Amino acid sequence: MEPTTMKRRTFGVLTTGALVAATGATKAADKKTLRFVQNGNLTILDPIWTTAYVTRNHGYFIYDTLFAMDEQNAIKPQMVDKYEVSTDKTLWTFTLRDGLEWHDGKPVTADDCIASVKRWGARDTMGQKLMDFVKEMKPVDAKTFTMQLKEPYGLVLDSLGKPSSNVPFMMPKAVADTDPFKQISSQIGSGPFIYVNAESKPGEKHVYVKNPKYKPRTDAASGLAGGKIVKVDRVEIIEMPDPQQQVNAIIAGEIDLIEQPPHDLLPVLKADKGVTLVNWNPLGQQFVIRFNHVQPPFNNPKVRLAGLYCMRQEDYLKATVGSPEFYKVSSAAFVAGTPNAFDAPNGMLIKPDFEKSKALLKEAGYDGTPVVLMQSTTLPVLTNTAPVTKALLEQGGFKVDMQSMDWQTLVTRRTKKDPPNQGGWNVFHTFSVAADILNPISCTYMAANGDKAWFGWPNDPEMEKLRDSYAKETDPAKAKELAHTVQNRALETAQYGWIGQWYGPGVARKNVTGWLKAPVPVMWNIDKA
Amino acid sequence: MLDFIARRLVAIIPVLAVVAIFVFLMLRLTPGDPAAVIAGDNATSDQIALIRAKLGLDLPIWQQFFIWIGDILRGNFGESFFFKKTVTELIAQRLEPTLALSICTLIVAVTTAVPLGVIAAYRHGSLLDRFVMGFSVLGFSLPSFVIGYCLIYIFAIDLGWLPVQGYTRIGVDFWAFLEHIILPSITLGIIYVALIARITRASVLEVLNEDYIRTARAKGLSNRVVLMRHALRNAAVPILTVIGIGIALLIGGAVVTESVFGLPGLGRLTVEAVLSRDFPTIQAVILMFSVVYVVINLLIDIGYTLFDPRIRY
Repeated sequence: MEPTTMKRRTFGVLTTGALVAATGATKAADKKTLRFVQNGNLTILDPIWTTAYVTRNHGYFIYDTLFAMDEQNAIKPQMVDKYEVSTDKTLWTFTLRDGLEWHDGKPVTADDCIASVKRWGARDTMGQKLMDFVKEMKPVDAKTFTMQLKEPYGLVLDSLGKPSSNVPFMMPKAVADTDPFKQISSQIGSGPFIYVNAESKPGEKHVYVKNPKYKPRTDAASGLAGGKIVKVDRVEIIEMPDPQQQVNAIIAGEIDLIEQPPHDLLPVLKADKGVTLVNWNPLGQQFVIRFNHVQPPFNNPKVRLAGLYCMRQEDYLKATVGSPEFYKVSSAAFVAGTPNAFDAPNGMLIKPDFEKSKALLKEAGYDGTPVVLMQSTTLPVLTNTAPVTKALLEQGGFKVDMQSMDWQTLVTRRTKKDPPNQGGWNVFHTFSVAADILNPISCTYMAANGDKAWFGWPNDPEMEKLRDSYAKETDPAKAKELAHTVQNRALETAQYGWIGQWYGPGVARKNVTGWLKAPVPVMWNIDKA
Repeated sequence: MLDFIARRLVAIIPVLAVVAIFVFLMLRLTPGDPAAVIAGDNATSDQIALIRAKLGLDLPIWQQFFIWIGDILRGNFGESFFFKKTVTELIAQRLEPTLALSICTLIVAVTTAVPLGVIAAYRHGSLLDRFVMGFSVLGFSLPSFVIGYCLIYIFAIDLGWLPVQGYTRIGVDFWAFLEHIILPSITLGIIYVALIARITRASVLEVLNEDYIRTARAKGLSNRVVLMRHALRNAAVPILTVIGIGIALLIGGAVVTESVFGLPGLGRLTVEAVLSRDFPTIQAVILMFSVVYVVINLLIDIGYTLFDPRIRY
């Protein structure tokens, strides 16, 4: 029995005996209920319609995937039992495991999977790339389907096992046939949990119960792969937007897990004997600085390069994360500790060279017009990035007009290609979960196809050629070399800046064990004593 | 009286029309695009544009306005951009916590403030009077989130008597409901205790100097009867006014208190809707609050007649 419950009972005795009985009964009944607080409210329940991470997490509760990434970042079969690839590497055949069922009891079929891959392929950037290579997908029998490619593609498994937004979740065909730009209304999946619509109240809580018919793989759980064994009866996602309130609630034993509290509250949590910090996402996240390539002065590569010469990762990491325990200085675009990680030459992004920056600005003819730097004030982890950029750029010879706004205003304004004095912008910051940026295709910031590229709209045909070569390369060693070339090209053209890798541990009550190390907080394998 | 009520109810229509136009324009002029929020951080401009078109946000503003007004006149407040739910459903789901918080706050405020104010007036200049006035100043000065966090620290974390956050619906478990509503009600109630106690003290003090109070005392009536039957009743109109204003102010106070205590009420819904630019939800909630405000004012006006027979409509 938790000490807080005892105290509350004492209070109950003082007020009314019935209160004691009611409280005690409630505690006994929810012994195997896991209460989890995520970063942000879960509002949209379609993980293909949005890239929001909370919705992706919801997807992992109720859906399953054909392939999944394990703890060593290797892609492993998940719903797929076996797969074959033809000798010319253009025909892939996938066979599903026996006994897979949707939550309504119907069997999972090849048709369902084809429809799901198509819907995901219409929305996700990596899916779109895969679909560019797919000639056709057709069922062979109820649990086997083929994917015929126009030419060999090196990222078939990486795409189908993509760990983060948008994840290629499998849905029943009737659901997956929904227009990819319309939200689905069904929550039927084949995953280890079932969503309880009747008990879920957006803004209050979302309820999931264990799927009794789920057939986990027999291999041990590892990352997002392996046997998804559910050890609790029920998981409740509690919507609690205030971080201080989250910390109070876990200390009081009212919730069991917090996805990622802000770094400034970690000392309070470390000092509490009832909770423990869990580094469930060992790859962490990466901060990014993005230039607008279509507006002066950053439409000039020399000015962008001058900007990159001002960067010093440690300044950002100290200002936002604080303790070195939770950050890593690394000039690898595709995340330190992964196969595509390479250090940038000459300590770029780590040691600034302000004189070089000033010289480049002079060469480029920078006229001293202030660059508009957008600062988000509502995402705590990003708030301090812009002031650091302002200080660094000013040391490198720039004039900076930092404009503060809420994140929603920023994400709207960044879509505008107009000049900064007409509602546009020059620079802003964001961050990505490392699992989203492990290679030149999944890393949105590397796309350089002009209007179709991510905000900032870099246009570099050479970069696109390199990314295509990477996508087509089926030899892992050559693919790695190409990833290195892509990173070098991004630095040469100063396409964007990766300005620090950081980690945000989760928090669990001491009686909660088994939180898997993965890029996504998943609730299978977790037990509560 | 019925004529008065009918006229006041009809007067709601132009008020709502002005509020509707104002809210609609304010939201459209505020920076922020719901489509960009929906699409998420990894979406491209093309994807955002497609979502904007699906939501009808690419239409001219006047066209969006008339579609919205047309829907409202048919009783349809629209569907939230984010939740696959109608706004009416969302509001209905969030109504109970806000209603419970408001009622409990009023109970806490009125049952504490009115006796305090009356006693302070009766003991004018005493230590008790100074304490009540000092408490009032403190109640006004402290922001409710500070009070809330202090109460959480003392009663939920340190003593462990009450829960830190959350809400249990009254129909699910009455005792758990009480456990969850006590601290938020006290937090939100303190400012109203301060407000109502001061007004009650001032009104009763004024009435206590009237000739009819002296007459009542001369007749040999007890202090309790003098205070309750003669003084308080005659001082009731300004007290009622301030309680009415307090109810309207509760709407604003609930936003902060619901956030501090994690109550899933209309206040939090409003904040979430504003942050995510969920236009249909913001518009409907503000319209609803306007109706509540107007109706409360009407009820207060009617209430005057109960306490002061000279007031007739």
